[in-house]
Amino acid sequence: MIAHADLEAELPYLQRYALAQLRDRDAANDIVQETVLAALESGDSFSGKSSLRTWLTSILRFKLIDRLRRKGKEVLFESLEDETDDSDFDGLFSKDGHWQDKIKAWSGPEESLMSRQFWEVFERCSEVMPRRTAMAFVMREVMGLEIAEICNNLDVTATNCSVLLYRARMSLRECFEIRWTGEAKA
Amino acid sequence: MKINCRQASRLISQGLDQPLNQWQYVRLRVHLWMCGNCRQFSHQLQVLQQSARKAGRGE
Repeated sequence: MIAHADLEAELPYLQRYALAQLRDRDAANDIVQETVLAALESGDSFSGKSSLRTWLTSILRFKLIDRLRRKGKEVLFESLEDETDDSDFDGLFSKDGHWQDKIKAWSGPEESLMSRQFWEVFERCSEVMPRRTAMAFVMREVMGLEIAEICNNLDVTATNCSVLLYRARMSLRECFEIRWTGEAKA
Repeated sequence: MKINCRQASRLISQGLDQPLNQWQYVRLRVHLWMCGNCRQFSHQLQVLQQSARKAGRGE
């Protein structure tokens, strides 16, 4: 049996996790509720080998993937053209395609630290990302789905899918860089 | 034909999702031998991927 108090203590984490991916508070709360109910119903299958958080997250993940599969195509509003153009990174490169500035090593991050702070940075950074770009990143890097499935869910070609992921990675890398080198660039 | 950093950065990202073809692979390898910035960039995308995966597993 899982103690309800332990479960309750994990709610803020689960809400944040779901919110970071869905960016819709109601939808996030709904899916967390489903997760908690599923956890309570199958409490016997929690072996205690993994932490409660890890176990709950795996249920939530499963539900999020399922939701992305079902809803992927419905939630795409922006024109794809805006999202598959990478000219907004022009400033990073010189005319002949070299990096404009030296790429500095990230000083701070132990990897474990980075995964803990991942959501915080992602939430802030993804607010300014086009929706499909953020979704492609979540499906690929957070959920670990294969590229073919992501293209299919987002209804884009493999080439466009690569561009979406490239854009998302470039943006996030910059967000982490600002954090880890303490040098914000305009 | 060599590639520049911008092209390399696209291939680095692409290579995290699917195997590059021979042409792409060789050119990227050679570019990375020569270019410290792109090696650093490549490392950072890997760290980003690993931390996203860990965050995704709730670790």
